[in-house]
Amino acid sequence: MNNQARKGFPQGDFSWAGLPALYGPYVPAPDAKSPDRMAQHKQEQNKILGSLEEAVRLSGLRDGMTISFHHHFRNGDYVVNMVLDKLAEMGFRDLTLAASSLSAVHDSLIRHIQSGLIRRIETSGLRGRLAKAVSRGLMDIPVIFRSHGGRAYAIETGELKIDVAFLGAPSCDPSGNANGYARDGEGIFCGSLGYAKVDAAYASKVIVLTSHIVPYPNAPFGIPENDVDYIVEVDEIGDPAGIMTGATRFTQNPKELLIAKTAANVIEASGRFYNGFSLQTGTGGASLAVSRFLREKMLAKGITASFALGGITGSMVEMHEEGLIKKLLDVQSFDLRAAESLKNNHFHQQISASYYASPGNPGTAVNQLDVVVLSALEVDIAFNVNVLTGSDGVIRGAIGGHSDTAAGANIAIVTVPLIRGRIPSIVSNVGTVVTPGCTVDVVVTDQGTAVNPVRKDLIERLAAAGIPLCSIEELQRKAEAVVGKPEPIRFTDQVVGVVAYRDNRVIDVIRAVHA
Amino acid sequence: MKIIKTAVAGTMESSDIMITLSPAAEGISIDLDSTVKEQFGGQICAVIRETLQKMGITAAEVSAVDKGALDCTVKARTEAAALRAGDTQADWEGLP
Repeated sequence: MNNQARKGFPQGDFSWAGLPALYGPYVPAPDAKSPDRMAQHKQEQNKILGSLEEAVRLSGLRDGMTISFHHHFRNGDYVVNMVLDKLAEMGFRDLTLAASSLSAVHDSLIRHIQSGLIRRIETSGLRGRLAKAVSRGLMDIPVIFRSHGGRAYAIETGELKIDVAFLGAPSCDPSGNANGYARDGEGIFCGSLGYAKVDAAYASKVIVLTSHIVPYPNAPFGIPENDVDYIVEVDEIGDPAGIMTGATRFTQNPKELLIAKTAANVIEASGRFYNGFSLQTGTGGASLAVSRFLREKMLAKGITASFALGGITGSMVEMHEEGLIKKLLDVQSFDLRAAESLKNNHFHQQISASYYASPGNPGTAVNQLDVVVLSALEVDIAFNVNVLTGSDGVIRGAIGGHSDTAAGANIAIVTVPLIRGRIPSIVSNVGTVVTPGCTVDVVVTDQGTAVNPVRKDLIERLAAAGIPLCSIEELQRKAEAVVGKPEPIRFTDQVVGVVAYRDNRVIDVIRAVHA
Repeated sequence: MKIIKTAVAGTMESSDIMITLSPAAEGISIDLDSTVKEQFGGQICAVIRETLQKMGITAAEVSAVDKGALDCTVKARTEAAALRAGDTQADWEGLP
């Protein structure tokens, strides 16, 4: 007699106890361990399909839906172009393309927009011919630009609903455990799959494209198998040379070195340079070079950092391996050195864009930053920063984590040369506000350093340390005295881009330039 | 001064401007290609024109390829091109 009969429990009905969501009495399946059942498990574990076309068909993709991509292959990406060519061939129309970012390699999108395959784009940035074409009014619907944290938040809140994610992965096992490198050392490398992790977790259907199938389990993995529906093996997913260089090089430019040195002095005097501090640096010339000067100061004072965040570069890895930075939190590996470290160093952790910077995540890593060093195209006298449009009004960059880290970090330092050629970097009004001035604390140029007046604490500390300061207005006047007063750019009324702040509210719009 | 032959000054490097002067029947015509044409095209042409006029040049065909040069550079390159293209022997060491 089984326990159900012996104990007399009422046919699995527990509604009398307020527990209605039980499914009736358990009845053992006689074939639970039958060869057939085992064979079925084996078959279901294998998500590899014969072709991309089959995966698209099974995903249920229809006209008007939203597809997504990650940009971990940067300018070496083959996935976006490969998938769009296939979708065009299959006759799809009016799709929304929601990429974590797009590069110059994606110029062929122009063709797919003109043909009606792509109707709308969401991205962190645009570059190359595509960016110019969009700025001249290529699209009927404006492009939505989001920060990395803002995109994660939009996906989490359902404002950006992804129907099918097409995620390139340098390695994947037949069950779908995917990663940005392979333990066997074969295939291409991109390191962290941080941006793809959010798409994988939230998209209705997830298709992994890989050039390297490895045996189960592909541990450690960036994307777990339970997030993956279909796998397609293709010959190539990217060009290693375009994905990353060996190691991001330090600048030799004396102007940038001067800026970096000053920024390191600012950090040292800021009150946030203590044993266990945390930092993020960008990849731009000066902001990357800051780590070199900081390293000397850390050695001199005998202090170490608790973590470095963000796009991780070889210089961060060197400081980690030297013991100067305890942990690396990596949403995107910027060079081969960083990607190899993710594979080899135990305390180099792959994190998602949400973990990195989503404003919906109270413990988000950017909120735990002491210092972030950022670049800019332009800064204005209200400390607003533009990293998206050039001085000619044309789209030519990406938001990245700029507004996320500026908002989260205790001290956000923007490093920028006062002028670039004849283009002033400190202006009365930036062309496009990406990062609001209320989140920017210090602007370091080769011609002077300005602190946001709201940061009285910082002004006091930096002045006490003997760092010469000036007002942001002085910097703007200095720049204008050298280059002259630019004529205003002529725009049309057409809105070609909408810049979303990290909480999905609109912070600015981008208008079309006269062709 | 009169422009009697074609002469060039400057380079295509960033922050420089390459000025090519050629003889013309009358008037100063400027063909400008600049990375900052929208913002500074008018100013660059004004500096070229003013520099030539100060040298007494009333007829010239100017072709300028600008890579973000400052006004001082535009002026210096224009003067050098004019001295090379002009009918008077330039006193290079005695320039103001």
